[in-house]
Order: sequence, then structure tokens, then C-alpha cells
Amino acid sequence: MRKKVSFLLATTMLVSTLAFTGCGKSEKTGSDNATSAPEQTTEQATQAPAENPDATTAPATETAGGKQLTVQVGPNPETIDPALNSAVDGGNMILHAFECLLTVDKDNNIAPGQAESWETSEDKLTYTFHLRDGLKWSDGSPLTANDFVYSWKRVCDPTVAAPYAETVLSMVKGYDEAIKGNLDALAVSAPDDKTFVVELSNFCPYFESLAAFATLSPVNQKAIEADTDGWATKPETYICNGPFKITEWVPSSHIIMTKNENYWNKDAIKLGSIKWLLMEDGNAAYSAYKTGEALMIKTVPTEEIPSLTGTPDFFIDQILGTYYISLNCQKEPFTNPLVRKALSMAVDRDYVANTLMQGTYSPATNFIGPGWADPAGGSFYDKANGGQPYLSATADVEGAKKVLEEAGYPNGEGLPTITYTTNPEGYHKVVAEYLQQAWAEIGVTLDVNIVEWASFTPMRRSGDFEIARNGWVGDYNDTSNMFDVLYSTNGNNDGKYTSAAFDAAMDAARTEKDPAKRSEDLHAAEDALMEEAGCIPLAYYSDFWLQSPKITGAWHSPYGYWFFMYADVTE
Amino acid sequence: MVKYILKRIGLAIITIFTVLTITFFLMNMVPGGPFMSEKAISQEAQAALEAKYGMDKPLIQQYFTYLGDALHGDLGMSLKQRGRSVTSIITSRFPVSAKVGGISILVSLLIGIPLGCFAALHRGKAIDSIISVIATCGIAVPSFVICTLLLYFFGVNLKLLPTFGLTSWKHYIMPVISLSFYPTAYIMRLMRSSMLDVLGQDYMRTAKAKGLSQFVSLFKHALRNALLPVITYVGPMMAYTLVGSFVVEKIFTIPGLGGEFIKSITSRDYTVIMGTTIFLATLMIVLNMVVDIIYKIVDPRIKLS
Repeated sequence: MRKKVSFLLATTMLVSTLAFTGCGKSEKTGSDNATSAPEQTTEQATQAPAENPDATTAPATETAGGKQLTVQVGPNPETIDPALNSAVDGGNMILHAFECLLTVDKDNNIAPGQAESWETSEDKLTYTFHLRDGLKWSDGSPLTANDFVYSWKRVCDPTVAAPYAETVLSMVKGYDEAIKGNLDALAVSAPDDKTFVVELSNFCPYFESLAAFATLSPVNQKAIEADTDGWATKPETYICNGPFKITEWVPSSHIIMTKNENYWNKDAIKLGSIKWLLMEDGNAAYSAYKTGEALMIKTVPTEEIPSLTGTPDFFIDQILGTYYISLNCQKEPFTNPLVRKALSMAVDRDYVANTLMQGTYSPATNFIGPGWADPAGGSFYDKANGGQPYLSATADVEGAKKVLEEAGYPNGEGLPTITYTTNPEGYHKVVAEYLQQAWAEIGVTLDVNIVEWASFTPMRRSGDFEIARNGWVGDYNDTSNMFDVLYSTNGNNDGKYTSAAFDAAMDAARTEKDPAKRSEDLHAAEDALMEEAGCIPLAYYSDFWLQSPKITGAWHSPYGYWFFMYADVTE
Repeated sequence: MVKYILKRIGLAIITIFTVLTITFFLMNMVPGGPFMSEKAISQEAQAALEAKYGMDKPLIQQYFTYLGDALHGDLGMSLKQRGRSVTSIITSRFPVSAKVGGISILVSLLIGIPLGCFAALHRGKAIDSIISVIATCGIAVPSFVICTLLLYFFGVNLKLLPTFGLTSWKHYIMPVISLSFYPTAYIMRLMRSSMLDVLGQDYMRTAKAKGLSQFVSLFKHALRNALLPVITYVGPMMAYTLVGSFVVEKIFTIPGLGGEFIKSITSRDYTVIMGTTIFLATLMIVLNMVVDIIYKIVDPRIKLS
């Protein structure tokens, strides 16, 4: 035993000495490198002023397959199976790997995708799509209309359990049967290899938007049947049909997509590959941008925003969505529309958006923000309430007090202490603190209840709250997508707001085929909602990000997606 | 020894079983679920998802099904990362964490032990005070502060080191420093105090009296005894470090297991919570057993029973 111990100790000593000399060595090599590294940086720094973060930006890596663009648009996507995805992170990947029948172009208009042209029947219930010639999958095999038939039916498959099935297919004939398992009941067919026909059970004015919706991307039957569960996790089985294909995915590290040589419009693609950094931490992303390792980052640390605002590479772009407050309309005193209205009037939206949210979001004076299309053409926002905002951007404390008195609570007397529930992320906490202060001015005492995200969602859904933070971002550009969230029986109507006038207007809009009349119905719905203060809009959502001017030809859509497929990197 | 190991393995199985059971029921008691998101999915989709993963069955039945599968080595599929099995997540992520963690453990042992001894031998002198101050800072400063400072100075300002990923040896420097900072400081302090304790013992005086050289008396008698508390600490520390740190992995974008462990809890990915917990528990038990055996080697007086 004694021998053993001595041996052990001797080894420890030996390792220690080795380690120290090792440390010395690595220090030496480290300093060797250090001497060369500053030279590089000074060289780069002399090329452009040091203050400009792009000054030190490394050029796009030139690989064998052309230029590589490195960007960060979010964390590791949970899934990139088009049917299963319900998040923006996965959506951005699917958008670059797949192409639907139709697409959304740079100006947010519907454009031909895999389908070259399409027409609707006179009753607007049958859509016929004509596919392009010679379409291929990324593995080179031909892509036909039957692939769309398979893919659309797959979205209904109960064993697939696609979260967006109802949103994208509930208007197709046979959906009710298909979702229960009889997939062939879904009225989608391929009379020949290049024609795809969809029959609707009821009129859907935004069906073209759905035909461009990522959930309805074509997927490869052979690849899926070979590995039903895992096909979308491995580059080799992830057969796609879009401008790029995945060649490497290291979860929580990066995804590399390379140009798909079998894509019909491959000549318009300038990049050889895109490297998506799957970062979660804002400071990590910001460092990667500052050092030039990434040319675009979405996760900008909020504390950096004041110093970035106004710089040429900081972008803010509104998306189709609203940050609002849900009031539990089933609970006293929120059953009284006047109480809801008083609370809404006492909020300074301008302060919330421009000061608390540092100007990254904008004050919401309507439920539907700018950017939403009106069925009768033009902007829905501009036509709402006769062109006037429903709510004031600044607080009207006196007005709010009067309304509260009218409701039977002069100076807030008689009102119980109210609880505001929110999750702690982002701006939610500061908004909660602000509301506490703002509502105190009209005599309302507010308690703030901060709940962890995963517990907050079910709490809000089950109506276990008095007032709660809420928000909604549109999936397609039709305002019914936003209003549906407040329809009495909708699963997302967390506040259980129920209004005969609002529901009637929405019911009318659902079946109305005349765009002008449908527009009137939808505006009537917003009139009712705002009059009864069914929710309290606070701000319109935006995306904000850092992007080097070296990136050209990329764009950001109002749905929160980035389009890099036609981008280029200049030196 | 063999009898002892067999006994320990038996105990380990009971411990893992207890951990598994408690985690399973606690996890299901916490509100929320894997299929909850900002946008409610239709009831049909919710029901279909629950049926697919057997979550429509009573909890007790789910428990026994899980137990049966786990005994056959099947930890199930992740509920959030659709299409990935829990086993594949652990086997692809653990090596990454273990490599960074392993280097960090070596660094902290190789710096902590000698410096601790050194401080003890120079007790009360300036060098001792300096080492003590460094050790106190290392224990008091949280790792995210160290990560951020390193990232800011060496990554962004000086541009000496890459800020994310693990593709070259340079990529390891910042994560390893961040990970080993605390254990190094802790080992230093532990080593110093236990060394001081040993140096004051009678047998050390005897060693000196009988004319042993300082070198022999230090390495043969003092270090061997002084190492015991450090070994006790190193067992669990190794388990935690090998599994990876959520903070360090997040800041340096390292695809390790530590991040997965925390994220599975916040996203209620039940199968991943179970898998990673069982894995950590097993690792902890195995390393503790190894520590006990090393104990026996270092100090033969200790009886393993």
C-alpha cells in the first residue's frame, strides 16, 4: 500500500509540474498569438473609424461554395418540420428551406412560388394552382402536385398533431372528418402532376396568404416514411424544395444552409451558404456582432438600445401585432365596461412605448395597428374610427376619474385591490410597475404578481387572473386573425370578453364575400371592442435588430421573418 | 472491497429509483405543460399530442410505463424538440460539457492544490494574504460576472479570443476560466486550511525531529493527509462541472448538457427533465463512490463499510 501511495503522490507531483510548465508554454504561445492579433486589429481599424461597429467586421467567409453569411435570428428551433412548427425561430428556417405554392415578396404582396399561376372559381370556393415546369426536391427527385396532396393531408393527421392545422385548413372541405383521422376526406387533389386543386367549404378571403403559409410547405413523403419521427432533425433526411438546404445542424450551436442547386430560381441566389447562430443570450449575440463574427443579430440586449438608437445599423420595423392587457371580463369589477374604460384611459401609451420600451415599440391607440390591410383596399388603420385613433396616446386622468365615478367607484372607493399578473421577461416587469403607479392616480390599488412563463400561460388561459399581460402577432394579413382572439368562444380569448355586438360583426364578416361590406363589418367589430374596452391595447410590436450595411438584398417581413435567400454580402 | 462496492451499487439503485420517483411526481405537480404556448392550439391537436405521448393516461399509469421503459434503457422522445430522443440529446451533449468541464476540473485542481499548500507554508506573509484575497474573490464573484467581463475584454475589446463555439483550443480559454474560477478558489482555501491543520499535528513535529527532509515530510506526510477534505469536495464538484453550467453555456454558446437541463425544466419537457435528472444522479453516485475508493487508497486507515 505504501508503494501505491508514493506512486500516487509522485504522479500528482509530476502532473503538477507538467501542468505548470504546460501553463507556461501555452502562455507563451498565447502571447505569440497576441502579438499577431493586435496587428490584425489595427490593420482593420485603420480601414474605418473605430467607433463604427462594422469597422472591425470580418468580410463574409469565402467558402468553396461561394460566400457565407453569418446571422443570428433566435435560439435553437424546437422543430423545423413545417407541419409541427408554431414558432418564429423555426419559421425562419423553414422559410429558407421550403417554398409553398405561393410566397410573400419584398413588398409583402402574394407572389408565385412553386405555383406559377392560380385561379379561383366564380363562387370563390375552388382554387386551382398550376405548378412550374421541372420542379425538383433538394435530392434531385421530381416534385409533383401529389406531393402537395400528401403534405396538406399530413397537416390534418391526428398522429402528426400539427398545432396550426385548424388555422390553415379548417376552411377546406372535409377538414372536420380529416382531423379525426380520415385524411382522404380533405378536398385536395392532383388531376395531373402539375395541377393542384383545393375545394373550400366556406369562403375565405385570405386563402392565398394561407397557400403561402409555412405550415403548408410540401414535404417529402419518402423521407418522412423512412423516419417518421426524426426526419426533420438530420440534414441528410431533411429533403426540401426551397432556395437553401440544411447541410449541418449542431443543436444550440448553429445551422448551416447551403444553396439548393435544384431550386427553380437558383440563379437569383447569390450566397453560397448561410450560417445561423443559435444563440440565446443577448450579450453573446451582441459580442458576436461587435467582433464581426455575425453580420446581423436579432437578440439585441435592451440595455444597449439607448446607445444604438439612431445609428445606421440599428433597425426598428413594426410587425403585425399588439401588446395589450386582458381584463377578466367574468370577474367583478371588470364585468363593468366603464371600469375597463377608466383603466384604459388612465394609461399613458406614449410613455409606455417611447420611454419604458425605449421607442422599440410604438403607442397603440387602436387594437389593429398600422400595416394591416383593409379588405376594401388600403390600410385598415387609416380607415378605423373615421381616421381618428380610438384612444388617446397620453393619459387622461381627469376623464378616467369621471368614468370611474360613473361606474360607481368615485376616486376608486369601493374597488378591491386588483392583481396584475405577468411573466418577468422583456419589458413586462417595468410595464407592470408603471401600471401600478398610473392607476394609483385614479385611486386603484394594484398588486403585481410575477409568474414564471411556463406557469403563466396556463394560468391566463384558464382565467385564473384579474388583469394580465397579453399580446398577439398575426399569422396572415387579415384583421380577422387579430379579432378572432377576442371572439367569445375562441380558445385564445383569455379575458373571456363576450359582446353581442362584437360577435355579430365578426359572424357577418366571416361569410361576407363583398370586400367593401366585409370591411365595414370588421370596422364595426373594432368599434364595439374599443367602445366596451374589451382589452386595453398598449403598444404595437416591432422587431429591432442590428444589421451591417454589408448585407444587401435582405428584408424583414411584418410577420417577424427575415428573408436572406436573395441577399448578398459586399466587401 | 468487492463486498463494499456491491453494497454501494445496491444503494445507488435505490437512490436513483427514489430520485426518479420524486422528480416524476414533483414535475407533474408544477403548473403548465409541454404543449402550452402563447397561441392556444386546438383541442383536437392538444388531445392528439397527449395521446401520442401517452399523457392522456392517469398519472400513476404514466409513471409505471415510464419506469418500465427506463428499465429497458428507453428514456423516450423529447416532447419539445420533436423528433429527438432523450438518449440522443444526452449522448450528443454530454461529451461537449464533459470536455469543457473536465479541463476545468484539471485546471482547478492543478492550480488550487499547489497554491493552497503554498499559502499554508507561507502563512501570515504577504503572499498568503494575496492568495487569500484572490480565493475570497473567486468564491464571491458569480460566474456570469466573470463570463461577461471576459467576453467584454478578451472577446469584444481586445479581440484576442473568439466569443462563441468550440472549434479551436482558443475557444476553450474563456469557458474554462469561467468554469474553474469558483472551484479553484474553493480548493485553494480548503487546501490551505487543511494543510495548516496538518502542519500543526504531532506527527509532523516527529517527522521534523527525526530529521526527515522538508520535501519528504511535506509530500509524504502532510499533503497526503491534507488532501482528504479536498477529495470530499471534488466528487460532487466533478459531477456538477462535467454536466455543464447553464450560465457559461448560454453566454459562450456551447451546446452542452447544462443548458438542456435547465431549459427542459422551464419548458416542461418532461422526458428530458427525467432523463437529465437520472443521468446527473447516476453520475453523482458513481463519482462519490470513486471518491470513497480514492479515500481508502490515500488513507488506508479508513474502513469502507
